[in-house]
Amino acid sequence: MVDTSVILSGIKLDNPVIPASGTFGYGKEFAELYDINILGSFSFKGTTKEPRFGNPQPRIAECYSGMINSVGLQNPGVDAVSAKELKELATFFRKPVIANISGFSVEEFVDCAKIMDKEEQVGIIEVNVSCPNVHNGGMSFGVFPESAAEVTKAVKSAVNKPVYIKLSPNVTDITQIAKACEESGADGISLINTLLGMRIDINRRKPVIANKLGGFSGPAIFPVAVGMVYRVAKTVNIPIMGMGGVSRAEDVIEMMMAGAAAVQVGAANLVDPYACKNIIESLPGVMERLGIEKVSDIIGIVE
Amino acid sequence: MEEKFVVLENRKLAKDIFEMKLSGNTKALKAPGQFINIKLEGFFLRRPISVCDWDEKSITIVYKVVGEGTRFMSELEKGAQLNILSGLGNGFDVKKCGGSPVLVGGGVGIPPMYGLAKVLVNAGKKPQVVMGFNSAEDVFYEKEFKALGIEPVIMTVDGSFGKKGLVTDGMKGLSCDYVCACGPEPMLKAVSELACDGQFSFEARMACGFGACMGCSCETKYGYKRICKDGPVLFKEEIKW
Repeated sequence: MVDTSVILSGIKLDNPVIPASGTFGYGKEFAELYDINILGSFSFKGTTKEPRFGNPQPRIAECYSGMINSVGLQNPGVDAVSAKELKELATFFRKPVIANISGFSVEEFVDCAKIMDKEEQVGIIEVNVSCPNVHNGGMSFGVFPESAAEVTKAVKSAVNKPVYIKLSPNVTDITQIAKACEESGADGISLINTLLGMRIDINRRKPVIANKLGGFSGPAIFPVAVGMVYRVAKTVNIPIMGMGGVSRAEDVIEMMMAGAAAVQVGAANLVDPYACKNIIESLPGVMERLGIEKVSDIIGIVE
Repeated sequence: MEEKFVVLENRKLAKDIFEMKLSGNTKALKAPGQFINIKLEGFFLRRPISVCDWDEKSITIVYKVVGEGTRFMSELEKGAQLNILSGLGNGFDVKKCGGSPVLVGGGVGIPPMYGLAKVLVNAGKKPQVVMGFNSAEDVFYEKEFKALGIEPVIMTVDGSFGKKGLVTDGMKGLSCDYVCACGPEPMLKAVSELACDGQFSFEARMACGFGACMGCSCETKYGYKRICKDGPVLFKEEIKW
């Protein structure tokens, strides 16, 4: 029997497979299909202080081996998440969950984090400083080491739970931003968020997406993600949740060899609602084939 | 929800319009107006297509070639296997339709109205049907509605088939106490203005099709709804045009 468990900031996960924020809602659509307690954990829909409707339609564009989304952090607001979504979640998911939060000011990040810090089921707070789909928020904090550090420090001093900062790939040097987060007390780093991208309808001569640009995800970005995880892993000494185009158990292994302590699965959930289930079920077989007894042994094994 | 289907038949009905019959497990389908989401080899996102008709073992869809994905679909041959998410969306609430609703379909919005008409007829109701097309070359399913015992009012924009005009012209003279409609959004809006009450099926660009990604959310009078999960059918009273 191979050992698929990993430990993330003191939290033991049965396996390293975690649905990524924005692709798994608050869990209920998937819980209708299979018992989601098989997951390592999951990162719920990006939550902000105030409710947000998000961006105008259309919000989705297809790409070769991927997609662009411009949802724009649609969510019911942190109070509703606390009062309704997490109460419901507790009825069908019994593991610690990752609270993905975002904000438009340092204060909003802190307010949101404080509320999530009080939630018993929240194991890790994942701070999204990298959403490409909202103006003057999210990503603007994640593109400079100074502002990423400022958010990290403010959130860390306000909460007790482990704090992971989710970084954008749309920067000059992601390792410097990761380093700034580590020095400001981050317990871990999540990367990568989506790549800024665009599709144009050549018949209409107009962008496919109403907001023109959006976040590109899917298997096409996997090599970019592996490269960034590898570089960040060689720079910081805190755990990394690696994500970007992961769609099969082999990708999980590759991402971990690059340096990820756990792996998030995003766009794959949207084209196959059973993607995470399939990855989890095939992981032990892939490990056996590769001669891996403990999956945690391969974290960052590539020099 | 995820099932393997096999193409039984895939034939051209009208200009760019194809009818595909698929065999497989259909038990996820509960109401007319629901849709299926089809995985196509070489395409990342699935293609959401409304169900036209179904029985215990097969599904019929009628779709329009509008891009590369639907072009690929139109070239599939008998025996091709497809991975399909079935039984998606809410569908029409047949109980609320009354005894003689007017069913209005525009172009590729007609197929779900056929499924609805069939369910209503089987329940002893007397639906009236108005179908709208651009031109004679676009017309399909006249015979199929007639086989249900319904004499559809057929409208074409250029008058080359049926009567000249829009579906709203075809609705004049009918008692539109309750209307169910599917078609382009401007058509739905115009139809709703002639209807006392009714249900309207919307189209949206979507990624997942089962409520996870929020790609297809729209605002209603009672907060946001996901076209794929809370729709595609919305009640007149909740729609914000």
